[in-house]
Amino acid sequence: MTDTEQPQPATDGPAEAFLAGGSLRHAQGPYFGAYGGRWMPESLIAALDELEETFDKAKSDPDFLAQVTELNRSYSGRPSLLTEARRFAEHAGGVRVFLKREDLNHTGSHKINNVLGQALLAKRMGKTRVIAETGAGQHGVASATAAALLGLECVVYMGAEDCRRQALNVARMQLLGAEVIPVTNGSQTLKDAINDALRDWVANVHTTHYLLGTAAGAHPFPAMVRYFHEVIGEEAREQILSATGRLPDAVCACIGGGSNAIGIFHGFLDDREVALYGFEAGGDGVDTGRHAATITLGRPGVLHGARSYLMQDDDGQTTESHSISAGLDYPGVGPEHAFLADIGRASYEPITDAEAMDAFRLLCRTEGIIPAIESAHALAGALKVGQRLAAEPGNAGEKVIVVNLSGRGDKDVATAAEWFDLLPEDSAEAEIGAEGEQL
Amino acid sequence: MSTETLSKSAAAIERARAAGRTALVGYLPAGFPDVQTTIDAAVAMAENGVDLIEIGIPYSDPVMDGTVIQQATVEALRNGFSVRQIFDVVEGITRRTDAAVLVMTYWNPVMRMGVREFADRLAAAGGAGLITPDLIPDEAAEWMAVSDEFGLDRVFLVAPSSSPERMQSTVDATRGFVYAVSIMGITGARSSVSSAAQEVVAAAHRAGAERACVGLGVSTAEHVQEIGAYADGVIVGTALVAALRDGGVPAVAALAKDLSTGTSKGLA
Repeated sequence: MTDTEQPQPATDGPAEAFLAGGSLRHAQGPYFGAYGGRWMPESLIAALDELEETFDKAKSDPDFLAQVTELNRSYSGRPSLLTEARRFAEHAGGVRVFLKREDLNHTGSHKINNVLGQALLAKRMGKTRVIAETGAGQHGVASATAAALLGLECVVYMGAEDCRRQALNVARMQLLGAEVIPVTNGSQTLKDAINDALRDWVANVHTTHYLLGTAAGAHPFPAMVRYFHEVIGEEAREQILSATGRLPDAVCACIGGGSNAIGIFHGFLDDREVALYGFEAGGDGVDTGRHAATITLGRPGVLHGARSYLMQDDDGQTTESHSISAGLDYPGVGPEHAFLADIGRASYEPITDAEAMDAFRLLCRTEGIIPAIESAHALAGALKVGQRLAAEPGNAGEKVIVVNLSGRGDKDVATAAEWFDLLPEDSAEAEIGAEGEQL
Repeated sequence: MSTETLSKSAAAIERARAAGRTALVGYLPAGFPDVQTTIDAAVAMAENGVDLIEIGIPYSDPVMDGTVIQQATVEALRNGFSVRQIFDVVEGITRRTDAAVLVMTYWNPVMRMGVREFADRLAAAGGAGLITPDLIPDEAAEWMAVSDEFGLDRVFLVAPSSSPERMQSTVDATRGFVYAVSIMGITGARSSVSSAAQEVVAAAHRAGAERACVGLGVSTAEHVQEIGAYADGVIVGTALVAALRDGGVPAVAALAKDLSTGTSKGLA
């Protein structure tokens, strides 16, 4: 929400509870204020009902909870660390900055939390096949991983252009036993991969679970995907209290569909003194039209099953998003974020490609950590928030920011090498990079 | 079903029934390849035995459509189709035929224009109502009120997967006819029509639907005849779009004429 736009307070459900001083945690859907719901073909409603029922039962089943906890511990490597970034923090106005290290999870990002949970639900429903969409390949790789672990067939839909640019991630998914289907429909991007996954799901719903990768889509997906990521915020809250003896002044996360952000926000939703910041992909800049700043500049609409903010033209046609980060390159956003924006509980701001890449390099050089370019948006935001906090009264060194470092940047080395012009002109890598290929 | 005195779709289906025929519903996307061709092709359908015309609004994310219709709507958008032109198309058809003209649309374009403004302009253009593939009655409170206000039909879909409860609530919310999805899948011509269609229609009739039309996969006069044995109408889309793509308006007219040979109830 920019300063010039008036928030439109929702007047129902959790908004009233929040305004009356109640809890925002554990919102069950289908609606988050005016957002969410099920804007879906009737053919899929029975499957959504089955999923909702299975999820509701699983949440109160000690066996299921034990399975999730055990996989998180012994397979993903949870709890993930909370690392203080002292040298990086010098550039954030001198406040203390802590990184929630989701990059250290198995498969290298927060995505594993959700795919393991959903794959377990697929098994409980007796489904033998999972399908997933992917942009750059992170969620596809995570889905293929969970499917391999649990013995499920896996099909991943991926834009044909993304398949070409991310050939190594396609190979990773294939190594893990998944079939990757290049999507040539529409704009051949992530949103079209979701469209094709939905078409597959309609036709194969008896055997197949759609393993959606973000906290968006039709109910129960937004509440369910958040549930599996809530562990991020629960751990972070405990860890920051243990490390500093207090709650942070701010929590920062990047937002594409918004799953890592809602996961860490959830732990702090009812701590009103903790400011929550979501950083969207500003691409070339929000005044250029080439961005993915959905909440900042989008308008409410329905896409992929939920009402939320949406990048669309005056005809209601979805417009193409742009970001250097494939993981943030989505024209929609999860409905709970739209709600949190409207009621003012969380703030959403754009970060340009250039700002994100500066923060990317800064973290590499000050902390020895290569972040995902997605997560670099949260880092760039944290630099701004830190400088703002430092300008306020009080001792900057006693102020605390937690940043969700949602993923590691190994997958982004080629993009970064090209951005920073690190490749010798006559190298084979430079030639590949010049064609927009991943190394 | 809701009151039918105002329903143009119901009237068209009942006229066919009175003549001993299964109602034939023909689909084309607006603006493919241009607005005038859509009007001419729709009029040609009406002149060759089609009782209800279904005009689709090209949309960026048509999750219920298969390749043929996707390619047609992508081309329409590339050729500059804009949503407000749908009213020109509807008016252009209703001025030249007696066929009921429904608009098939994903919901976001309607929401973007404003549900009330959309309905007002559709009614003024002589349109019968809307078929809404991604709007279920549960989310349709505004559309229910506005369609009542303007006397427009609201055609919701029912599917083989619909529970008895959902079948009932959807039939109750519908005006005009219930769109019975023949198969768990998306639009596209198929060599045979799923036997699931008959069960969906029977369930709709049991829930009180006076008119149920079967769509998805219907492409030949034989299909039309087979479905006419148990349904009140049949909906053909992809086959007509492919005909328009490959042979222009004359091919649409010829296919409509051929399809209509399957509508005689006496032959069933």
